[in-house]
Amino acid sequence: MKQFLSFIRKEFYHISRDKRTILILLGMPIVQIVIFGFAITTEVKDVRVAVFDPSKDEVTQKIIEKLDANEYMNVVSVIDHPEDVESVFREGKADIAIVFNQHFSENFLHTGDASVQLITDGTDPNTATILTGYVTNILSSVQQEISGQSKASFSITPEVKLLYNPGMKGVYNFVPGVMGLILMLICAMMTSISIVREKETGTMEVLLVSPVKPIYIILAKAIPYLVLSAINLITILLLSVYVLGVPIAGSLTLLFAVSLLFILVSLALGLLISTITKTQVAAMLASGMVLMLPVIFFSGMIYPTENMPVVLQWISNIIPAKWYIICVKKIMIEGLDISFVLKEIGILSVMAITLVVISLKKFNDRLE
Amino acid sequence: MNENNIVIETKDLTKRFGHFTAVDHITFNVHEGEIFGFLGANGAGKTTAMKMLCGLSKPTSGSGKVAGYDIGKQSELVKRNIGYMSQKFSLYEDLKVWENIRLFAGIYGMKDKDIAIKTEELLSRLGFESERNTLVKSLPLGWKQKLSFSVSIFHEPKIVFLDEPTGGVDPATRRQFWELIYQAADRGITVFVTTHYMDEAEYCNRVSIMVDGVIEALDSPVNLKKQFGVNGMEDVFYKLARKAKRGE
Repeated sequence: MKQFLSFIRKEFYHISRDKRTILILLGMPIVQIVIFGFAITTEVKDVRVAVFDPSKDEVTQKIIEKLDANEYMNVVSVIDHPEDVESVFREGKADIAIVFNQHFSENFLHTGDASVQLITDGTDPNTATILTGYVTNILSSVQQEISGQSKASFSITPEVKLLYNPGMKGVYNFVPGVMGLILMLICAMMTSISIVREKETGTMEVLLVSPVKPIYIILAKAIPYLVLSAINLITILLLSVYVLGVPIAGSLTLLFAVSLLFILVSLALGLLISTITKTQVAAMLASGMVLMLPVIFFSGMIYPTENMPVVLQWISNIIPAKWYIICVKKIMIEGLDISFVLKEIGILSVMAITLVVISLKKFNDRLE
Repeated sequence: MNENNIVIETKDLTKRFGHFTAVDHITFNVHEGEIFGFLGANGAGKTTAMKMLCGLSKPTSGSGKVAGYDIGKQSELVKRNIGYMSQKFSLYEDLKVWENIRLFAGIYGMKDKDIAIKTEELLSRLGFESERNTLVKSLPLGWKQKLSFSVSIFHEPKIVFLDEPTGGVDPATRRQFWELIYQAADRGITVFVTTHYMDEAEYCNRVSIMVDGVIEALDSPVNLKKQFGVNGMEDVFYKLARKAKRGE
C-alpha cells in the first residue's frame, strides 16, 4: 500500500511540474464550453429584415409592424426597386428580404391569392430555413387575425411544443458532447502518453525490475487523471448550469456514476493505446485520430447519426462516447431515471470490461 | 569478496524466441561481493540473459538462482533483493533529487524514518547537500549517473545489475563512478555489470564474454589475457567476438 501511495504521489508530481499541460487540461473545458456556448450558436437572433412593399396598404403595414415588433427581428431597410434586393444581400445589410406584390391588400381580401416572396441567403441553409420558418409563422398569424375578423375559415394550425429544450437552445445539445470529448481526451490521451513516456525515457524498465506489481504501476498512472477528469466534470457542470443556464434535470449521483463508467472505458482505451505505441508522439496521434475524430463525428454531438449511411451508423455504435452522450442527455436534460438508461449503461459496462481485459492482457504480454 | 557464498548461480540457462536461441545453455556462478563483468558484442544475448536474472523474463529451459531464489518461480523475491540501473538514465528528470530517492526507497518498502536518515548520509557522501531540491534534469550527466547508481543500491540489495551504466560519460567521471562501484562491493554488494569499455573490464574481478548466446570465456582479466596470449582485454574481446556469426 505504501508503495502504491508513493507511486501516486510521483504521478501528481509529474503533472504538477508540467505547468503548461496542467493549464491546458484544466482550462480546456472552460474554453470549449465558452466557445460552443457563445460562438458556435445555431440560434437566430437580431435578424435584419429588408422589405420591398409596392402596395403600401393596410395589410402590408400590419405585417411589417408585426415583424418589427418581434423580439428577434428588426426591419432595417425599405427597398424601393425590386432589383435592389440582390444588392442588399451582396452588401450584407439584410438576412431576409420580404417582397410583396402590388395591390396586396386587395388581392388578399378579395381574390384570396395575395403572394409574398421570402428571399434568404442560401449559403447558410440552416439559418435560412429557420428564418423562413419565423417569417412564415408571423405571416400566418396576421392572416388569421384578419380572416378571423371577416369570415370564419376552416384551417388547422399545428401548435408545436418542444419538450426538454423549449428555447431551442444549442447549448443543450453540446454540453453532453463536450463532457464526452473532454473525459475521453484527458483519460485516454493523457494516460497513454504518460505510460509511453516512461517507456521512452527508460524508467519503465527500472519500475518493472522493482518488486512493484505492474498492475499498481498502471493504477497509479490512472488515478491522477481520474481526479483531473472529475474536476473537469464538475467545472463543465457548474459552467453549464450557472453560465449557460442549462439545468440538470435528473439525478446528479446517476450522472456521476455514468461518467465514472465512461472514464473507466477511456482509461482502458488509453492503456490499450500505450501498449501498442512506442513513442509519445505516436500515442498522441493514435488517441487524436482514433479517438477524438470519431467522437466528434460519430457520437451525434454535432451531426445526428440517424442521418448517416447505415454503415456509418454501425460504426458509430462502437464509439463509447456515443452511448455516454446519449445517456447524459437523457439524465441531465430529459431528467429520466436509471430505468431509461439501462441499455446505455449495459453497453458501456460491456465495453469497459472488454477493454480492461484486453489491455491488461496486452500489457502483461508485452512484459514477457 | 566471499568465495564461499554464491549469490548468482545458473545451470544451462536458455531462452528461445521461436527458432532463435538468444541465450544458449549458459552456466556460471557469481560470488558475494564480486564485481562481475558481463561482456559481449551487441546481439550476443547479454540483455536477454540479464532480463532473466532480474526476473523480468522466464527461462525457456535450464535454471537459475539469484540471491537464493529461483528466477523462474520466485521472481517477486528475486526483484526484492536486487537493484537495477540501466543504460538509459533511470531517474525521473522532472522530480527533485530527494523525491527520486524517496520514491525508489518507498518502492522497495523502506520505512520513512530510515529513508530520511539514509538520504542525509547519501547526500553528504556524494557532496550533493546543496542539490537536494534541484530537479534531476538540471544536474550534469556525470552527477546523474552517480546519483542513479546510489539510488539503485539505496535499499541495500544483495546484488546490483548495471546495464552499460557509463555510456556517454567522460573518462574522469567514469573513474569516479567506478570508485562508487568499489565502495559498494566493499560493503558486500555483488555488482553484475555489462559494458563496452574494455578499460572497465579490467576493473572487474572476473569477466565473462558471450558470443552468439554462449559464454566463450570466463576468468579474471589477468588469466584471460594470459590464456589468449595478449596484452589487453581489448584483444581478448576482439579475438572472441570475431568468431560471432550472427549480427546485430
